[in-house]
Amino acid sequence: MSKFKKKTNEGQPAISTASLPDIVFMLLFFFMVVTVMRQNTLMVQNKLPYANQVEKLDKKDLVMYIYAGKPSPRYQQRFGTEARIQLNDKFASVSEVQQFIFAERETKREELIPYLTTALKVDVETNMGLVSDIKQELRKAEALKINYTTLQGDALRNME
Amino acid sequence: MARRAAQEVNAGSMADIAFLLLIFFLVTTTIETDSGISRKLPPWQPEEQEPPVIKQRNIFTVLVNRNNELLVEDEFMEIEELRQAAFEFLDNGGGTGDEACDFCQGPGDPSSSVNPQKAIISLVNNRGTEYGTYIAVQNELVAAYNQLRDREAQRMFGKSFTQMEKDYNDPNYTGNKDKLKDQIEVIKDMIPQKLSEAEPTS
Repeated sequence: MSKFKKKTNEGQPAISTASLPDIVFMLLFFFMVVTVMRQNTLMVQNKLPYANQVEKLDKKDLVMYIYAGKPSPRYQQRFGTEARIQLNDKFASVSEVQQFIFAERETKREELIPYLTTALKVDVETNMGLVSDIKQELRKAEALKINYTTLQGDALRNME
Repeated sequence: MARRAAQEVNAGSMADIAFLLLIFFLVTTTIETDSGISRKLPPWQPEEQEPPVIKQRNIFTVLVNRNNELLVEDEFMEIEELRQAAFEFLDNGGGTGDEACDFCQGPGDPSSSVNPQKAIISLVNNRGTEYGTYIAVQNELVAAYNQLRDREAQRMFGKSFTQMEKDYNDPNYTGNKDKLKDQIEVIKDMIPQKLSEAEPTS
């Protein structure tokens, strides 16, 4: 009668899944922290062009966004298929751009105003006429720092 | 009735709940694109001013028509060739005397630019041009400037210009930032980005 009796074969013990929730929670917290909720709901089609000579926009709170492009399919019934400008959450005309810039400036601290940048998120298929109209308005509003938001990639892909 | 001991809550479904949340956040996450081509617009001038007189040889005109075709210096060109053409124009160094360019390696063609400080690239587009094409052209022209700046920075400071700017904006860079800023300024003075945009033609 040995004390160390050879164990009878019980099969492999089940792998403990007790730490699975911990792992999943870790991933969950990661995604919760990195998620940025969209500020504006897009009402225009917004397929950005590609470019590789890009600069990064750091300070997110110092950026004003102007969107332009054809209205999304669900708005085409009401607004047609002509390219439009979107400011905040609604469609706007070219003449409202100046007002938008002034309103945005109001919300920022005075010493930060010179650092404000306007990011133009314009759909690839938009005509330059609309874009230059926006640029003229920005010049009138003295918002001279602009940034054409693009995706990283070869610029020649825009031509396809 | 005997009082029952508090039952332990079954935590087996916690993983399921956490998975559900995880999948929700995975799906809703959009990595925002926040990079692009930065430009500075010229200030608004209400009254028409006399444009300064610039010699024709120092202007490199790029015309884009409504069919997204390029006309560079009155010749039809594919966008693939634009970068090289712009680079050769900037690097030409055809000046003599005061206008001589001491670092240019171009052939010194008398019909092309005298030096990079004087050279101006003029971009004219049509109202019907597609935005994608416009960005592609802008990108190629900026690339031509960067190519020349890179070469000169490499020659003078042993480091490419794009790397210098990257280091300057990097908070973890350990080198001397003031010195780096001076060097960047030197290059920018040597090769200023003179990209003029005219009102679009209709």
